[in-house]
Amino acid sequence: MAHGHKSNEKVVYVGDSRVKRSNHPNIPPDYTSFPGKSEAFIPNFLLKEWMVGCVVLVGFLVWTIAEPAPLGYPADPTNAAFIPMPDWYFLFLYQFLKYPYVSQDYILLGTLGVPGVMFGALMLAPFLDTGKERRFYRRPIASSLMFLSLIACIYLTIVSWDHYQHTLEANGQIPEHHEREEKAREAAEAGEERPNYTKPAPVASLVDADDPAMEIAKQANCVSCHAADLKGQGSVPALTGIGDRLDKDQLVDVITNGRGGMPQFKDQLSAEEIDQLATWLSKQKVAAE
Amino acid sequence: MFKSVYNWIDERLDITPLWRDVADHEVPEHVNPAHHFSAFVYCFGGLTFFITVIQILSGMFLTMYYVPDIINAYASVDYLQHQVAFGQIVRGMHHFGASLVIVMMFLHTLRVFFTGSYKAPREMNWVVGMLIFFIMLGLGFTGYLLPWDNKAYYATKVGVEIAASVPVLGPYIADFLYGGDIVGAQTLTRFFAIHVFFLPGALIAMLAAHFIMIRRQGISGPL
Repeated sequence: MAHGHKSNEKVVYVGDSRVKRSNHPNIPPDYTSFPGKSEAFIPNFLLKEWMVGCVVLVGFLVWTIAEPAPLGYPADPTNAAFIPMPDWYFLFLYQFLKYPYVSQDYILLGTLGVPGVMFGALMLAPFLDTGKERRFYRRPIASSLMFLSLIACIYLTIVSWDHYQHTLEANGQIPEHHEREEKAREAAEAGEERPNYTKPAPVASLVDADDPAMEIAKQANCVSCHAADLKGQGSVPALTGIGDRLDKDQLVDVITNGRGGMPQFKDQLSAEEIDQLATWLSKQKVAAE
Repeated sequence: MFKSVYNWIDERLDITPLWRDVADHEVPEHVNPAHHFSAFVYCFGGLTFFITVIQILSGMFLTMYYVPDIINAYASVDYLQHQVAFGQIVRGMHHFGASLVIVMMFLHTLRVFFTGSYKAPREMNWVVGMLIFFIMLGLGFTGYLLPWDNKAYYATKVGVEIAASVPVLGPYIADFLYGGDIVGAQTLTRFFAIHVFFLPGALIAMLAAHFIMIRRQGISGPL
């Protein structure tokens, strides 16, 4: 050692670095700051903790094997029927914002006002509750406010979940990840491959575009709603691939008598033209390519 | 051999006090469930950290397969769930672990509140703990979008719409999160970056502050 072992030396460095030379006795401290049976964190306490931790971990693994993480269908921004649902720990806020006086004209109160005061108070709790007393039953104001908030959060969460279940029931829907799981199970039982939602759906194109029926379609103004390439626009369905969904007789009926937003064409087109058009449309199949 | 390597390093860097400080700190009787079973309430904080470590590890493995773009995100999660060996377990741990972290953190917060442990001199640690709480909620919100299924898409849409209704700042928050006018390709990459880099970075910094303060001040005494 370059510095020798003089104990009266003020600071002793190792070599020429600034790391102080250690004269740590490596004796565990006596645990006297609290009365009772204290023990060292490592290894005494941590080993016991780890045993509990291992049991928890195994339980957790078993849970993830028994209950696969949910996955629905790929995101579809045009899906109007989907009921939005946040993760369960946001439900209390989600439900809260549905009530009058915290939504619509009062939305400011709902998004900033009430949550701001609540979370602000929670964050600043040590500066609001400054008394020396620590036992909760001797701090009636702080404790009762916390109990009330807890009950409110639990209530809002339950109501929100209940409401979601009822909406699902009223719409005759089941959550997508359940439906997807169910279909996968059915496919597996039937010995088929699991349905794959990641492959893009085959795009239908026009079959026999030179057919004279196309001229009829143009004259009858089909194209003004179903688009010039008959691929549909807005809520008007595509006619490409229509043969997969409707047969010739159904097509004759729809063209003649109309359906939904579709007007009837029995006055503009002769029965012969309708027949010709329907024959051509019934050939519009994806598989025909 | 091990000892001489240790001594060689210790001579140069004086590392003994570092781990001695962690190892030798006392676990007082009133927080040790081995002595008083009811002291299990003092374990919630440690359990939160345990689950957080699981979240970080499982998340690291998930990013080996996950692709944050709107064409492949769903397909990669689907592949991870059904094709990758143990993929279901790793994804399951990350998915359910997210809920478990919230539960444990909630219980830990309640324990600290009802034992009055946030009182002087531990006010700052409570504030840091609340910041950790908000970071965790942010991680939950941003992670929810990543599988890119309908549930993810619409929950994010509704969430950002709520944030957008805040006056003055709202449109800027929405713009920052969306990266455009809709939940789309930019939103997904943003949420991925926030979920995987920004928030975990902030989380680790806050956890470090939380733990250093606990070591400085010690655990609160018996009631």
